[in-house]
Amino acid sequence: MNQNKDKWLYTISPKRKLIELNFEEIWRYKDLLFLFVKRDIITVYKQTILGPLWYLIQPLFTTLTFTLIFNNLANIPTGNGIPAFLFNLAGLSCWDYFSTCLTSTSNTFKSNQGIFGKVYFPRVITPLSVVISNLVRFGIRLLVFTGFYVYFVFFTDAASNASPTYALLLLPVLIALMALLGLGIGMIISSLTTKYRDLTYLVGFGMQLLMYGSAVMYPLSYFKEKLPEYSWIIEYNPVTTFIELFRYMTLGVGQFSVTAFLYALGMSVVCFLLGLIVFNRTEKSFIDTV
Amino acid sequence: MMEKDIILKADKISKQYKLGLVGTGSINDDLKRWWYKIRGKENPFLKIGESNDRSTKGSSDYVWALQDINFEVERGEVVGIIGKNGAGKSTLLKILSKVTSPTTGEIKTKGRIASLLEVGTGFHGEMTGRENIYLNGAILGMTKKEIVSKIDEIIDFSGCQRYIDTPVKRYSSGMTVRLAFAVAAFLEPEILVIDEVLAVGDAEFQKKAIGKMQDISKGEGRTVLFVSHNMAAVKNLCSRALLLENGIITFNGNVDNCIDQYLSAERNDVVDISQYKNRQGKGHVRIIDLDVFNDKLKKINLNQFKSGYDYKFEIKVENLSSQKRDIHIGMSLFSTKGQLLTASGSEYFLEKIYIDGKEIKVIKLSIPSLPLTEGEYVLNLSCKSDLNGLEDFIKDSLIINVENIISTERNITKFPREMIQINHDWSQ
Repeated sequence: MNQNKDKWLYTISPKRKLIELNFEEIWRYKDLLFLFVKRDIITVYKQTILGPLWYLIQPLFTTLTFTLIFNNLANIPTGNGIPAFLFNLAGLSCWDYFSTCLTSTSNTFKSNQGIFGKVYFPRVITPLSVVISNLVRFGIRLLVFTGFYVYFVFFTDAASNASPTYALLLLPVLIALMALLGLGIGMIISSLTTKYRDLTYLVGFGMQLLMYGSAVMYPLSYFKEKLPEYSWIIEYNPVTTFIELFRYMTLGVGQFSVTAFLYALGMSVVCFLLGLIVFNRTEKSFIDTV
Repeated sequence: MMEKDIILKADKISKQYKLGLVGTGSINDDLKRWWYKIRGKENPFLKIGESNDRSTKGSSDYVWALQDINFEVERGEVVGIIGKNGAGKSTLLKILSKVTSPTTGEIKTKGRIASLLEVGTGFHGEMTGRENIYLNGAILGMTKKEIVSKIDEIIDFSGCQRYIDTPVKRYSSGMTVRLAFAVAAFLEPEILVIDEVLAVGDAEFQKKAIGKMQDISKGEGRTVLFVSHNMAAVKNLCSRALLLENGIITFNGNVDNCIDQYLSAERNDVVDISQYKNRQGKGHVRIIDLDVFNDKLKKINLNQFKSGYDYKFEIKVENLSSQKRDIHIGMSLFSTKGQLLTASGSEYFLEKIYIDGKEIKVIKLSIPSLPLTEGEYVLNLSCKSDLNGLEDFIKDSLIINVENIISTERNITKFPREMIQINHDWSQ
């Protein structure tokens, strides 16, 4: 009994450690994580007629538009024997996962200030739940992609050169890395915007610019060939590597170099850790400044 | 002798806030703070904070919402925290519930803390009542297993069985609150922090809620920290109380003594009517002072009224012009929701009140056995003259606060939501 007397369960104090992740605590709140995921999934398309069909319609129409404009109008080549539609669908599915992870985590503090101001739970649960619920959306997009893939390969001659490579085994790693990078940058932005709102404006058009800089609608090789003096911008962008890798593993087009992959991996992990540090520093007092 | 079983210990807790807007000024301060930090110096802004008195204008942008708070709570205790608006109660609760962290000091606990700061946090309108119970329970710290084992009790307690599979956005506001309180009531943390949640729902549900609160604190032996302006509830539930004034604990101990000190402390808090700027009327005659005396002819403050006692008001008016005027004084009482409760004018009692140019006159109003029940009311005062009509009108700025804590002495009953207490007697 006396021994127990000085054993405090936890301490609330202003001191901040660099990384203060209490995994035991996060584990205890795992049910909350799944309930958040469930909430996000079931409430997105409530009270719509088409419901989850929107998960299909959105990528289809964007891909169609992209194909019309970038391939039919601007004549960007997608490689021999690869239908432009499939090429764009691959790039967009990948990009969509990364960008939704980033944009929705970057709002974490602002859009949850109501809850955060009233109850405590490990704040990191919220961005985690976003990343997981987006996974469902990404999964549906992958299914759509697979559907068209099968159609083009088996029912038309357009995709004569499309063949998955062994790199496909890296798909789970690729998804994890995209999630880490999106989460990391998103958490940094969300922490910085609690006090100074300027960054919020950057996210909106910044994401659009980044899409153009991430080889979504063109192959990296084509960019290098046309604008060699600027290609370093595209190459240093880890998202380019992810998208090229995804097309490489599924369609067999694009570049895949181990150096680029390791670089992107390093960037993702560094961004994620940095995001965690900044997020942890912010979560303790953000409610006073938001 | 038995050792005290301290479950929660606050050690020199302080919290500093910056007033005003966040803007370029704050980035300056941030840079300064950072510059001091890399040179290994102490945060320069921690020194300059002032104590947090809402009504006086200070010179510094930094205030201490809490200063040097020390207290201990034993296992099973129910501790009330009382104090005026802005005394730091909610800040303290926010720190306790880990919503924000203290600027200095630390709190150590031996149990999980769950807070009930506002019911319905995290409800999602598109989800059904049942889904929201799971979500809300998890947000408050319950595991799914705990919720599953209690869900029937929760639904039963909320009294929303019929609507439980309907989206919450179709609920009436009262039903939402019922459901939310029901979830919170079945939380089982070692320490429960509660902030004014009893003022919800209809009379039946309030009774149920207070009953449940009593069960939690008395029956189940849970440690509870309870913040309220409702002295009757504090008295009823708590075994000890803390009094917070301007961010400092000024009393820690017996509930009755604490409430007494709280009420008497407010006595010094004099309202200066002459400072009110927001007035209507021509302004040739002004109401410059209002004094209230109780039955012992002791001067009291506007928040020290007690149900059923006799009061005398002395309204001081000044004729700012040089003309002699004939004036009337009017008084009206509103509920805080804006409903007129009663009104009266001096013209029905005194045919003429003459006031010479530059003269100051005192008009007296007496109200025997104040018929208001516990709560806040708005007192409006007006002054009319024969020459100009409305001269002065103090509207919506005098808030009076009525307590009926000495209820047994004068047979004062208290029903929830009741506003008027008529003089009455039952017999057979």
